[in-house]
Amino acid sequence: MDDFIAARSQMALSLGFHIIYACIGMVMPFFMAVAHYKWLKTNNIVYRNITKAWSKGVAIFFATGAVSGTVLSFELGLLWPGFMKHAGPIFGMPFSLEGTAFFIEAIALGFFLYGWDKLNKWFHWFTGIVVGVSGLASGILVVSANAWMNSPAGFDFIQGEYVNIDPIKAMFNEAWFSQALHMTLAAFAATGFAVAGVHALMILREENVVFHQKAFRIAIAFGAVAALLQPISGDISAKDVTKRQPAKLAAMEALFKTEKSAPLIIGGIPDEKTQTVKYKIELPGMLSFLAHGDFTHEVTGLDQIPKENHPPVMITHFAFQIMVGIGSFLVVAALLYVISLKKKSWYNQSWFLKLFVAAIPLGFIAVEAGWVVTEVGRQPWIIYNVMRTADAVTPMPGIAYSFYMFTVVYVSLTTAVIFLLRRQIQMVPVLYDKQDSPQPGH
Amino acid sequence: MEYVVIAYLFLSILLYVVLGGADFGAGIIELFTSEKNKNRTRDTLYRAIGPIWEANHMWLIITIVILFVAYPLIYAELSVYLHIPLIIMLLGIIARGTAFVFRNYDAIKDDMQHVYNRIYFASSFITPLFLGIVAGSVISGHIDHAASGFVDVYIFSWLNWFSVGVGFFVVALCGFLASVYLIGETDNSDDRKRFINKARHMNIAAVASGAYVFVTAWIDGIPLANWIFGTTVGLIAVIAAGISLVILWVLIYSGNAIIIRLLAGFQVTMIMLALGYAHFPDFIVIKNGTNLTLMDHRATMQTINALGWALLIGTVFIIPALFYLYYKFKHKEYPHD
Ligand code: HDD
Ligand code: HEM
Ligand code: HEM
Repeated sequence: MDDFIAARSQMALSLGFHIIYACIGMVMPFFMAVAHYKWLKTNNIVYRNITKAWSKGVAIFFATGAVSGTVLSFELGLLWPGFMKHAGPIFGMPFSLEGTAFFIEAIALGFFLYGWDKLNKWFHWFTGIVVGVSGLASGILVVSANAWMNSPAGFDFIQGEYVNIDPIKAMFNEAWFSQALHMTLAAFAATGFAVAGVHALMILREENVVFHQKAFRIAIAFGAVAALLQPISGDISAKDVTKRQPAKLAAMEALFKTEKSAPLIIGGIPDEKTQTVKYKIELPGMLSFLAHGDFTHEVTGLDQIPKENHPPVMITHFAFQIMVGIGSFLVVAALLYVISLKKKSWYNQSWFLKLFVAAIPLGFIAVEAGWVVTEVGRQPWIIYNVMRTADAVTPMPGIAYSFYMFTVVYVSLTTAVIFLLRRQIQMVPVLYDKQDSPQPGH
Repeated sequence: MEYVVIAYLFLSILLYVVLGGADFGAGIIELFTSEKNKNRTRDTLYRAIGPIWEANHMWLIITIVILFVAYPLIYAELSVYLHIPLIIMLLGIIARGTAFVFRNYDAIKDDMQHVYNRIYFASSFITPLFLGIVAGSVISGHIDHAASGFVDVYIFSWLNWFSVGVGFFVVALCGFLASVYLIGETDNSDDRKRFINKARHMNIAAVASGAYVFVTAWIDGIPLANWIFGTTVGLIAVIAAGISLVILWVLIYSGNAIIIRLLAGFQVTMIMLALGYAHFPDFIVIKNGTNLTLMDHRATMQTINALGWALLIGTVFIIPALFYLYYKFKHKEYPHD
């Protein structure tokens, strides 16, 4: 494997791994806060058990998220020293603020996980909220750093020099809002559906039904709201991409030729050699509408972009299709959930539960696919229109071995986490079936 | 602002060595604890570091962020020439963090515990070892811009007797910090004695590896003795460290747990101060003398100012919360026996 490809793969692997834990770390604290609140208000022991059971899972995810994040902060330099040499001082602002957010998160997590029966009960509840809020803040900040790579701002690039640096402007670049909004919703949708799905599975197996039903309802409420908002935010993102990165949009849609009334295509296999897309379904004018809000507007195709600046079309297009496909499925599932609030009988029907079981991995697949769109669609640039990825890579040879090693490590860790979660779930009946309820807090 | 950022850089490195070091040390001590006491040690340890280990490790992230925002050339230089030890250190960090949490949160306690423990011990040892190797390589001038060939550029930049010596010194230091720390966490005199014993062994190991570091420095022509004893500040720091070590050993049997912890932290601070002072403003020493300094290789003032403010404002939030965390969970709740 070529070192450059290896470095890109290692970065993708590490980020793809981290994002799952990051999403869970951002969102689960809110689910727990709801369950915890209900326990404190209703004194119903089930809610306390849900909070505790979730918090054990979260501790496992947190540790994994924290160590994989630590790895990332080194990898930026280990793999892309040429990039960091110039970019660090410009896009570093969100990272320095993120440091604070992480710190607060880690401290609050210490209080939350170890504070049962030690702290004032409402203070304890509040530390859980702090974990969630600072987690969200760090997610938004780091996405704003990534948005800077897509829409560089806050400096002037004059004769190969980076001058007039303004880190604040760099942080509030044009893409930060649309990306941060979309990412935050994605985290809620993905985690909400995944957690709800696991509990739906346990209801289907008729184990601890009361426990799992209550847990299911909390998770799905968050997931459904986020899933319903996701296409709206995705549309904002798409319009933004049209403006900033026409090459990315063209690759997402496999639009080889610039067209008025450009069609939106569904499916299809793009062929970069012949510049055509096979086996596609076309919705005439829809792309012009989505990108510009007007059915006849011209949309820039890849023919307007120099060949050496084309992103990989096939990967970007497929990833985009996967994300949007899953997004549509989650909208349907969310609507069915909304209907079920009226039609209570659905809750116990197996088709309904199976639908959510099927959705367990989907949100996360969409998250990964969405990131592939963003990152692969930016190629060949590491800083859009400023620095090429190939110019940023480390001079050290043998990165392939490091990539293989990290692959082994992350595969083992994933296996271990799944194994541990299964055991947590297995133990739910043993740990939480006892109805001897103490009073909440002290 | 420039000095604010430099102060935070040194502070975060120091706190990572002291607090993170004590965490690693806890694993090292467990490694050297006899089978029959292992469980007891583990319980104490879990109680002591469970709530705080994640916060302790944030100092490393702060260090890295300061480096890549304010001193991007230094960060890039480290990343290229010390790629391999950094990767090993990262693998250690992954293994240690996850093994520690997995063994405590595995809902079923069975043979898997052995696996977690193995990984936890090994990584508690390897991570500080390579942290020390990185530190040793940064100050020893083995990084050579003129070198060519994979081995000369990417291996011999860090693989030498001196850097490895520093690695072992850091390991011993971590073990020492952890034993001193854990003395204050036990609730019975038996355990207390065990940890004091451990502290003694680790202290001896630190002195021995320290002596070894001096010898290799001498052989390698690294003016280590000059750095430490050659400046007034260095000399005072070393003497202060020595005196505080004596006080620590006088107080260790009866003294207040907080005071002996502070003394141990003080010693590390003094060692780092002596080294840091002798080196300042150089950060990475390069073979041909074109050292990377904190003055000449910093980012523009706009960035430094923004970072400085971010750090200062962050501190306002973090410090009270952190102190409350330490207070709440380190506070010794059991009476002396
Ligand atoms: C649950 C996950 C999920 C779902 C259901 C969707 N997305 Fe998405 N999408 C993401 C998760 C995601 C993401 C992983 O979070 C990305 C990657 C970068 C980002 O900011 O969000 C993303 C990026 C992303 C981008 C690229 C943004 C950029 O490069 O700046 C566009 C244009 C869309 N999305 C559009 C959509 C549309 C039209 C959807 C219609 C349903 C949709 N997404 C559903
Ligand atoms: C967590 C979600 C993310 C995922 C899944 C992701 C995925 C990827 C992928 C697939 C690549 C390889 C692209 C290619 O070479 O074709 C990549 C590259 C890269 N990403 Fe991301 N990314 C994420 C977020 C971020 C963030 C937040 C940053 C920085 C702030 C970032 C920085 C980079 C860098 C520096 C590269 C290497 C250069 C390049 O290939 O352009 N990524 N990422
Ligand atoms: C879109 C991409 C990303 C998102 C949304 C994100 C979000 C998060 C969140 C919410 C956490 C805390 C939760 C947890 O520990 O499980 C976290 C941890 C961390 N992330 Fe990321 N992250 C992303 C990419 C990155 C990148 C590119 C870096 C490095 C440059 C990074 C560095 C870290 C670090 C160092 C931690 C550990 C903090 C701790 O110890 O608590 N993250 N991330």
